[in-house]
Amino acid sequence: MENTQPVLSMRGISKRFDLKQANTAVDFDLYKGEIVSLLGENGSGKTTLMNMLAGIYYPDEGQIFVKGNEVTISSPADAYRLGIGMVHQHFKLVDVFTAWENIVLGMGGKYDVLSAKAGIKEICDKYGFVVDPDKKIYNMTVSEKQTVEIVKVIFRGADILILDEPTAVLTPQECERLFEVMRNMKKDGKSIVIITHKLNEVMAISDRVVILRQGRYVGQLETASTNPQEMTDMMVGHAVTLDIERPEPVDPKKRLVIKNINVTDIEGVRKVKDVSFYMNSGEILGIAGISGSGQKELLEAIAGIQKVDSGSVIYIDENGAEKELIGMHPQDIRELGVALSFVPEDRLGMGLVGNMNISENMMLRTFGESHKWFTDRDKPKRVAENVVDVLEVSTPGLDTPVRRLSGGNIQKILVGREISSHPKVLLTAYAVRGLDIGSSYKIYDLINEQKKKGVAVLFVGEDLDVLMQISDKIMVLCDGEVSDIVDAKKVTKNEIGLLMTSLDGAAKLKEGADGRNE
Amino acid sequence: MNNKAKEPLIHLTKRGTVPVRTAIMIRIIAVIIALIVCAVVTGLTTGINPIEVYSSIVSGAFGSVRKTWITLQDVSILLIISLALTIAFRMRFWNIGGEGQVLMGGLGAAACMICLGDKLPNAVVMILMLISSLVLGALWGFIPALCKAIWNTNETLSTLMMNYIATQLVLYFTILWEVPKGSGKIGIINQNSHAGWLPQLFGSKYLLPIILAIAVTAFVYVYIKYTKHGYEVRVVGESPKTSVYVGINVKKVIIRTMILSGALCGLVGLILVGGINHTLTATISDGRGFTAVLVSWMAQFNPFAMIATSFIIVFMDRGAGEIATRFDLNQSYGDILTGIILFFIIGCEFFINYEIHIRNHKNKEK
Repeated sequence: MENTQPVLSMRGISKRFDLKQANTAVDFDLYKGEIVSLLGENGSGKTTLMNMLAGIYYPDEGQIFVKGNEVTISSPADAYRLGIGMVHQHFKLVDVFTAWENIVLGMGGKYDVLSAKAGIKEICDKYGFVVDPDKKIYNMTVSEKQTVEIVKVIFRGADILILDEPTAVLTPQECERLFEVMRNMKKDGKSIVIITHKLNEVMAISDRVVILRQGRYVGQLETASTNPQEMTDMMVGHAVTLDIERPEPVDPKKRLVIKNINVTDIEGVRKVKDVSFYMNSGEILGIAGISGSGQKELLEAIAGIQKVDSGSVIYIDENGAEKELIGMHPQDIRELGVALSFVPEDRLGMGLVGNMNISENMMLRTFGESHKWFTDRDKPKRVAENVVDVLEVSTPGLDTPVRRLSGGNIQKILVGREISSHPKVLLTAYAVRGLDIGSSYKIYDLINEQKKKGVAVLFVGEDLDVLMQISDKIMVLCDGEVSDIVDAKKVTKNEIGLLMTSLDGAAKLKEGADGRNE
Repeated sequence: MNNKAKEPLIHLTKRGTVPVRTAIMIRIIAVIIALIVCAVVTGLTTGINPIEVYSSIVSGAFGSVRKTWITLQDVSILLIISLALTIAFRMRFWNIGGEGQVLMGGLGAAACMICLGDKLPNAVVMILMLISSLVLGALWGFIPALCKAIWNTNETLSTLMMNYIATQLVLYFTILWEVPKGSGKIGIINQNSHAGWLPQLFGSKYLLPIILAIAVTAFVYVYIKYTKHGYEVRVVGESPKTSVYVGINVKKVIIRTMILSGALCGLVGLILVGGINHTLTATISDGRGFTAVLVSWMAQFNPFAMIATSFIIVFMDRGAGEIATRFDLNQSYGDILTGIILFFIIGCEFFINYEIHIRNHKNKEK
């Protein structure tokens, strides 16, 4: 198949934004019926490169060829005409419209509802999508919205698909379903480019890996003959170790005791049910669970943002003095040293202000501390300089609005800010969501550093391998309840999986263990 | 790879940061083009020499010392209202109720002048006027803010409705206080005693609003940029979710900000009634509560840029009056010219935000 000419090729593509060179003379080929992973650190120009295919940006230099003919793509409509469809990281759907309305939206001309729906159904059956065409977007989960986006581009006749970090917001099960669909599309002769940071996914799904570093093409690898280590080294430019250390907790003392917390959300659904646990200083407590099992509500309840039906959260300081956090103002809880960094699915929504610059975003944490009329602008600026420096945030300057930064860099700022507030208790959720390998390990190091300083860390993660490597104990949530709290060194991935999916899992495991003991 | 693709004739790219000088140049060019278009339109439709029209616009605004002072005074009034609205706008709270808030401020001042004017020492009356106009203006900001904070009502509608209530209230009190009875208007209040008339600074009756406008400009700039309150306003405006996450009490910020916004509008009511007109009518604000929305937006919520935008509006408005009388055209003709100029000024923002690339083979070498 590969001896034929590529369905798509880019030659010498360069693109500059203002002060930042996003892409420099990049060459890229895509053949019929293959899945290519585009790999690179945050801000290495992957999305920019693909956006030029989708007609969002116009290259400063270089040529694009589709099926051998040089083409000009100056708008998304041009891209569709050439059979190129891109699913962006941030979905472009109209919330109040239904799935089928979104799919046909903007196609121009006349269409009739029945044949549109029939067309959608045909696509779904062919590739294995599950879409309810009459469901409104605002009622959909992230995964469903993504499915609508993919069906949309296929419906418009795309045979070259670009997926920008599609798995960043999906659960492992949803990822598997997506990969299944991608394999079906590949069989049908479609070509797919997937941007992802998760190397195990690269290994699982792609035929070929193309690697970018600082906007330049650095090479390509056949997936079958490579390994995560080699890819990481190429991506970062030097050898990296892929191990997470787990220092032994030093002098653990009870720092936070949570008793029988219950939380009900606005729609009256009980999100957290009778959850009790404690956190020790100098320990990392991992939380595993399918997303939406009450992690968010639990963390917000501790931070004082979420109203609690019943239960108590006791904070014990170094001198052993106890303090009830329930009912306290979030600001006061934070001043005690309880820091929350929750990285939401859209990254910007909670904790950062897109239109403000890095210093001003740092100020979000500190401005309430002093009780003067004026804001202290020097301290946030120093924090900003420090975070940018330590986490190697790629930004034109401290005055750049954070929305202009790439997703990974935005996240470094959020997590870096929480850590730099010198917390006593650090609550972090999805801290490495969408981050590249290098940055992820930097964040793990930072969290471990906090642990060594005696901070009680709560780590909500998606990647079970990481969770098991970094945590001392793991609490598994299932549907808002604690199914078990296990020793991270002794538990297996399988056991956690079982605990995540059913509360009976705990009982079954115990039985099994008892059985063995006898 | 046979047929050569063409670069599109025109394509747009978003500019990142624009050098200030470029941005100012684009705006100046826009004004020049606007003046040329106005000249052509004037020449074609009226046959009057456009140069004469322009010179009479200038003389309408600055033709005499008195005219210059009035122009500056009008700029000051419009500027203060715009700044008041800007505080709310930075919170993405679309306060369209400047008109009503000004009227209520005026009503408060007038009530003190009429009811207490000759009964209390003048200084006390003035302090009460100041308090009542600030409080009534603030109340007109507070009510929509409260509804927004509690029930998340649409502030554009509620502030707009509050304007009508304010107008009707003023009409009611106009009848109640009319002098002489049956005239349907209040007339000059305390014409003989001058009780409650705001003092003239340095012997000029125009200076007070101008000085207040300068003070308010500085205040709003510092408030938004350097104070904790202003910071909270911006965070709430940009991202309510984030505000909750960092522990900002969003409801409190909405209410506090609108009280301030309304109170500053109330201050304008005080100046209009106590300092300039010495009477109260339902049209005392003369639509400036709405014009201020435009002024604020055109300045992109920058207090200093607002000095320029409010000046342009007032300058054109005063000039329009002049050409209407001088060339026997009516006031609407001036409005047409103002419209053309605003179209260019607002339209040029597009060229500031986007760069246009036109296919040009000479450019290829770059």
